[in-house]
Amino acid sequence: MYQAIVILPLLGAVIAGLIALAGARNRFPGEDPPPPLDGHAAGPGSVSHAHGAPLAAGRHETVRDTHGADVHGSDAHGEAEEHEPSAAGSLLAELVTSTFLVISCVLSWIAFFDVGFAGHDAHIPLFSFITFGDLHSEWTLRIDSLTAVMLVVVTTISSLVHIYSIGYMEEDPYKPRFFSYLSFFTFAMLMLVTADNLLQLFFGWEGVGLASYLLIGFWYHKPEANAAAIKAFIVNRVGDFGFSLGIFAVFYLTGAIDFDTIFAQAPGLVGKSFHFLSWNVDALAAVCLLLFMGAMGKSAQILLHTWLPDAMEGPTPVSALIHAATMVTAGVFMVARLSPLFSLSPGASAFVTFIGATTAIFAASVALVQNDIKRIIAYSTCSQLGYMFVAMGVGAYSVGMFHLFTHAFFKALLFLGSGSVILAMHHEQDIRHMGGLRHKIPFTFAVMVIGTLALTGFPLTAGFFSKDAIIEADVTARSAASSYAFVMTTLAAALTSFYSWRLIFKTFYGEPHDRHHYEAAHESPKVMLVPLAVLAFGSIAAGWPFLQVFIGHGADAFFGTSLKLAEADTIYEETEKLPLYIKLAPTIMMGVGFLVAWQFYIRRPDLPGALARNQKPLYEFLLNKWYFDEIYDFLLVRPTLWLGRLFWKGGDGFVIDGFGPDGVSARVLDVTRNVIRLQTGYLYHYAFAMLIGVAAAVTWFMFAGLH
Amino acid sequence: MIIGLGHYLSVAAIVFTLGVLGIFLNRKNVIIILMSIELILLSVNINLVAFSSFLDDIVGQVYALIVLTVAAAEAAIGLAILVAYFRNRGSIAVEDINLMKG
Repeated sequence: MYQAIVILPLLGAVIAGLIALAGARNRFPGEDPPPPLDGHAAGPGSVSHAHGAPLAAGRHETVRDTHGADVHGSDAHGEAEEHEPSAAGSLLAELVTSTFLVISCVLSWIAFFDVGFAGHDAHIPLFSFITFGDLHSEWTLRIDSLTAVMLVVVTTISSLVHIYSIGYMEEDPYKPRFFSYLSFFTFAMLMLVTADNLLQLFFGWEGVGLASYLLIGFWYHKPEANAAAIKAFIVNRVGDFGFSLGIFAVFYLTGAIDFDTIFAQAPGLVGKSFHFLSWNVDALAAVCLLLFMGAMGKSAQILLHTWLPDAMEGPTPVSALIHAATMVTAGVFMVARLSPLFSLSPGASAFVTFIGATTAIFAASVALVQNDIKRIIAYSTCSQLGYMFVAMGVGAYSVGMFHLFTHAFFKALLFLGSGSVILAMHHEQDIRHMGGLRHKIPFTFAVMVIGTLALTGFPLTAGFFSKDAIIEADVTARSAASSYAFVMTTLAAALTSFYSWRLIFKTFYGEPHDRHHYEAAHESPKVMLVPLAVLAFGSIAAGWPFLQVFIGHGADAFFGTSLKLAEADTIYEETEKLPLYIKLAPTIMMGVGFLVAWQFYIRRPDLPGALARNQKPLYEFLLNKWYFDEIYDFLLVRPTLWLGRLFWKGGDGFVIDGFGPDGVSARVLDVTRNVIRLQTGYLYHYAFAMLIGVAAAVTWFMFAGLH
Repeated sequence: MIIGLGHYLSVAAIVFTLGVLGIFLNRKNVIIILMSIELILLSVNINLVAFSSFLDDIVGQVYALIVLTVAAAEAAIGLAILVAYFRNRGSIAVEDINLMKG
């Protein structure tokens, strides 16, 4: 069963990929380059109501003409009526991948109950990978409770996104490729969560990074999408560098990379240090910090966060799946999986908390002033990931996982809902151009409100339970880092509430700013609304019923040995004894944020503009994301490009080419030019040369015979 | 003074040198080259006859006659080539004969 869960998405990806490749060959047999996606060039079959590209004989897939019922058809620019028809086999690709994902999802929920409550952990060896001296790496599926939680999250969100994309990507001509990438991503993520050793986890880690690159740059005709995809991959790479070093350090210290061996040896490594370049570094702290660097990159924590907002260049389902629910949570999952290591290293855990708290407040502050609907939600994700790491850092690993679980639902809901809004407004993403939409798209409005309530931690929604648990855990942990985290997370709760309600008010309330788009707005098709409904249900229902599973006395029984829960037990008992004002603090903050947003955007809409003008430096600072991109450009990108140019022009061009091929050929030419001067074409010069030669020969032989 | 073998050989050497110099110190006239070749052949002849006379061996003179015959034939052919060349190129300046330059 577990093999099926993991392999089905891969199968779907391969099938959809083959359909995509076959369709591409069909559509562009190799003569003309493909027309640009905005339909300005006359590509093959780009007339609006005609059927699609001619099919090769014997192929049974039909071409989907997408102009059927969609009145607003057309391309993203809204001018011409023509665009490319869907690729051949789109319907097959969509249905196959979605079906496989749904099967995977059902199996995952069965596994969740089987492994979590009935305790049937599984260890399924697949095949041996590397055996090299002391390094043994096997491909094994490790299914324990932690894995089961992640399986459920990944497959549920992924299957809902697949179904949603059937509707959202309706007009896109490259659907098989899209679904192939989505399924491939799911496969890589599932490999990551079922990994039994660090190498397999790293395989999944890199796989999701690759899928992220492919999906962010899905519309590769747009230069911004290409740049964003590369940025995401490179920033991720920086984190992966630390991760790799961490794996090497683990192997160096323990001689193995599979989790069971590492966890068994971990207690023996406490207090040990190893020698590196004349420093003595504490072994466990170094390992944990290096591995956490990977998590910082993958989960967009501060310093390595710059890729997440730009990743919004990808289609909205991608943002929902990858950059809200699953890929960015891989870092959180990794820290949870390595909880035995982190719990033995208080220094590294404190650092994790510090980074998480700083990210939470940083991202929340930037989200206050963003104008792109997806960017607000992206920074919100960044902030919530900070919350999860705060929980991980103070030792409340299961609380962090609980927030991961609930966050996946409401964040995916918010993203998919915003996708519905974007489609309704015909690809308009700036909230300043929206307004008053609650009358036109009431269902989307309703689910967005539910998502916002969950995000801000309104009582009884899923977010309320998980977020409050984190804040309470900060207080009970009683360390410097956790006190800092408490202040930051509570403040961030107020900011979260403010920007979330700001988004709702500017989008759905007030006067419409773009009359034309407002008139044309309509509700999305049912295939998109059903996943929204399911996620809305999850945003409410994933909280209270699962409380005992993740927090409190049931957590021990549920997680068993998959998470290190020893100190966490004391955390849970102490949280019960906290004074009431601390328990109510997040809810009060939420209320404060809501009231301020109400004041600013409903009662006195002139206030935000006035405040921005009054506090221009602060406003610009937040709007430009604390100038991180500019700083990185100055400190890192420019020097790197300069160095690259130096090596290219100077090293490769001047030295290697100059002394190698180009230099040798130039010297040969010089010599030849001089030798040519001997061939004057004058016979008497040649005769003279012969004479000289004869004279020399005679002289030689006269003197050679002397000794 | 008795004119000995050495004198004859010196004369031949001088004539030989003049002939050789005539080939590559000349830029104006191809006929000079032909004449210089004749001078070289002449110097060889002088050598042969001188040795034949002083060594009392008739072979030298016989060989001198052969060389003379060859020189005559070769001069005829050379002049014929020169005439044909002049008809094609219009000039017999040695400076202009550099088609093989490069």
